[in-house]
Amino acid sequence: MAKKNLTTEDILHIAKLGNLTLNEKEIEMFKKQLSSVIDYIDKLQEINTENVEPSSQITGLTDVLREDKIEEKRTLTSDQALANTKSKEGNLFKVKAILTE
Amino acid sequence: MDLLGLTIKDVSKKLKSHVFSCRELVEECFSNIKKNDKKINAFLTLNEKEALKKAGEYDELIKNDKEIFDKKPLLGIPTVLKDLYTAKGIRTTAGSKIIEDYYPPFDSTVVKKLMDAGVIVIGKTNEDAWGHGSSGENTDYEPTKNPYDLSRVPGGSSSGSGAAVAYGAALVGTGTDTGSSVRLPAGYCNLVGLKPTYGRVSRYGVIAMASSFDSIGHMTKTVYDNAKVLEVTAGLDPYDSTTFPIKVGQYTKVLGQNIKGLKIGLPKEYFVKGLDNKVNNSIRNSLKVMEKLGATVKEISLPHTDYAMAAYYILVPSEVSSNLSRYDGVRYGGTREIFGAEAKRRIMLGSYTLSSGYYDAYYLKAAKVRTLIKQDFEKAFKEIDILIVPTSPTLPFKLGEKVDDPLKMYLSDIFLCPVNLAGIAGLSVPSGFVDGLPVGMQIIGPQFSEELLYKVAYLFEQETQYYKIHPEFTNG
Repeated sequence: MAKKNLTTEDILHIAKLGNLTLNEKEIEMFKKQLSSVIDYIDKLQEINTENVEPSSQITGLTDVLREDKIEEKRTLTSDQALANTKSKEGNLFKVKAILTE
Repeated sequence: MDLLGLTIKDVSKKLKSHVFSCRELVEECFSNIKKNDKKINAFLTLNEKEALKKAGEYDELIKNDKEIFDKKPLLGIPTVLKDLYTAKGIRTTAGSKIIEDYYPPFDSTVVKKLMDAGVIVIGKTNEDAWGHGSSGENTDYEPTKNPYDLSRVPGGSSSGSGAAVAYGAALVGTGTDTGSSVRLPAGYCNLVGLKPTYGRVSRYGVIAMASSFDSIGHMTKTVYDNAKVLEVTAGLDPYDSTTFPIKVGQYTKVLGQNIKGLKIGLPKEYFVKGLDNKVNNSIRNSLKVMEKLGATVKEISLPHTDYAMAAYYILVPSEVSSNLSRYDGVRYGGTREIFGAEAKRRIMLGSYTLSSGYYDAYYLKAAKVRTLIKQDFEKAFKEIDILIVPTSPTLPFKLGEKVDDPLKMYLSDIFLCPVNLAGIAGLSVPSGFVDGLPVGMQIIGPQFSEELLYKVAYLFEQETQYYKIHPEFTNG
């Protein structure tokens, strides 16, 4: 039995953050599975990490920059860029409206 | 032609001396695939027409240009690409259904380098979708089976690449290793599998899983072959700012040098309850071989080992949730409800650990623990040269055994993920067989120690030659 008990509301909230829609069956399954994983990762709270710096770039590289110019060789034509879409109009990607009047 | 008995080294020699042609070699690959892949499911896409065309072109080159093998060090070598590798004009699905009809308009850096070096792309291989998994069962297609025992998993996530090389469909299987995904299939399929140092090989064009972890590696039958491929794939890439400005080693040149006086560390936290006795015995026997070769073995400690998996399963899903946010069905692929269960789990877990109010407790905390784990390894490498641990705590497990319990599945990688947290290098090599199943031994070294790992692995392989044991497709 998991100590952490995610509720349906929790699951729906997290799914929304990840832009996912779930069916009833998935909600029940994830409730159980994610609760047990969160129980497990909660183990980290045991360790003292005072004065420890977080690691994000693990080999220690910093500030790798490139010249700010367009590289023709890597530029896709609009036909190439649009080749895989299921929804286009002319030379443009067509998406659902996100703003209303 | 017995493709299973051939290595890159043999094939180059035989192509050069016209024992067989490139076309015959490629035809043999497809003949093996047609005979066996229905049982194994290693492939998602075959590249037969293009491969045969390329083979014909290379046969002409071999006839007309005496120096062609110097210019193209992997000329004619049949290679399979994990389906996370973007390849221009070849369907690239990431093992997922959401981009099942995606034909990329560009090549990843590694694919370009391999093709410039002369490899022939045989096809794209099956995998846990997006690299999420340890068994291959999280594919959105049919799961891959282990050629050594068809009722068992080949290890994941680069499941198809491992199985394909193991059953003789190709000589090189490319993979990605974010937490285990090259080394585990190598261990379960009796192959040599490299997780290079983070930043040693370009990630450009390889579909991202967790960007601060993803390491671009490969599987082969022998150590020489593995080193030969890294000589091609490694190096600085202007398109991946995390590639490290350090010279690429001459990995094949050091093979054969002795390892007298090499200090091997055994982390005591890895040889504990949960480690299968038979696997433990296999590793202990392999350590005796190392001692015979002049190495010394001593126990050391990596004190934060017990926290590695928890840190991993915070940081990786966090990065996953960010990387998978781009799949919105606008530029390519379908919409987000098509994601499989594991992708949804990881997106949700990552969304949770990054969410307001939890970020400090989870993500930031785990990033700090990552530092402690890295320091554990750094301290150990002051005392010893390399570490040796089992690749997996168990033998290859049964299909279906862990699918309903994600946490149990995650813990299959317990000996592998710490290496990714620390960004260091790990090489899984065959350690023999138990009950007819392969056992993998992982050799771990500091960042950019690939030359040393190959040197050690090569001498061990010369003594043991487990790569000569081929699969028999049992329990089909």
